[in-house]
Amino acid sequence: MGAKIIFYLIAGLMILFSILSVSTTRVIRAAVYLLFVMILMAGFYFFVGYNFLAGVQLMVYSGGIAVLIVIAVLLVHNIDHRMERIPVVEYLWKGGVLLAGAILTILTINQFPFQRIAGTEDVSVSRIGTKLLSLGDGGYVLPFEVISILLLAVMVAAIIIAKGEVYKNEEK
Amino acid sequence: MIEGITVYDVLAVSTIIFFIGVFGFVTRKNLISLLIATELMLNSVAFNFVIFNKFLYPGHLQGYIFTLFVIAVAAAEVALAIAIIISLYRMDNSVDADEMDTLKG
Repeated sequence: MGAKIIFYLIAGLMILFSILSVSTTRVIRAAVYLLFVMILMAGFYFFVGYNFLAGVQLMVYSGGIAVLIVIAVLLVHNIDHRMERIPVVEYLWKGGVLLAGAILTILTINQFPFQRIAGTEDVSVSRIGTKLLSLGDGGYVLPFEVISILLLAVMVAAIIIAKGEVYKNEEK
Repeated sequence: MIEGITVYDVLAVSTIIFFIGVFGFVTRKNLISLLIATELMLNSVAFNFVIFNKFLYPGHLQGYIFTLFVIAVAAAEVALAIAIIISLYRMDNSVDADEMDTLKG
């Protein structure tokens, strides 16, 4: 019973903050509501017992991405900046179509007979680390290395793009 | 497995969050709002991986590890997107998706 209450509380708050995040007219508030959604999702990961994943979610999403978005908002907008309101007609037809899509998806999911594969749960950090760097069966060393190179390339590219010197040279 | 909660309940939550993200993506014009909506969608997809791992394959780690990868890719994507947004703002003094036509020549 207690678990059910916690789950419905987390789910309800997550949906509420997602709706607020896409419907508010202030970008900075949208970023903060997104931060709340991410923290609640980390709460759900703690709730199902995935502690390391919840820590990563809190660090990377709430600590990194949300702060990055807030800084970007502050760089390109005045803090009181308001976006124009979405017209009611647009709200209704886009919201209606997407609501129908969501209901259809949920109904389809509910008809699928999911099979639970029994097994003993072991999500200790040492097992995750061994899996990530294992070359053997069920190892993830190739995706791990690809992600490492992707992160390096993206960081270099982000610095070069944000410096913007390419455009300046062209103008001269 | 958490008692009283089925995989369908949790999948419904992640579906709803995904469609809210799509709604934000199709209604907003501000590039940062588009980025926020994309993050909502990515978050709900990572959530799906976790749910499948927890409820259907408790002995495996696939969903767990791919969620870590999704989080890493999302971090990379946001860093690059924000660099592009700041660079576009320098050129055009605006972050409206409607006014972006620099590559049209």
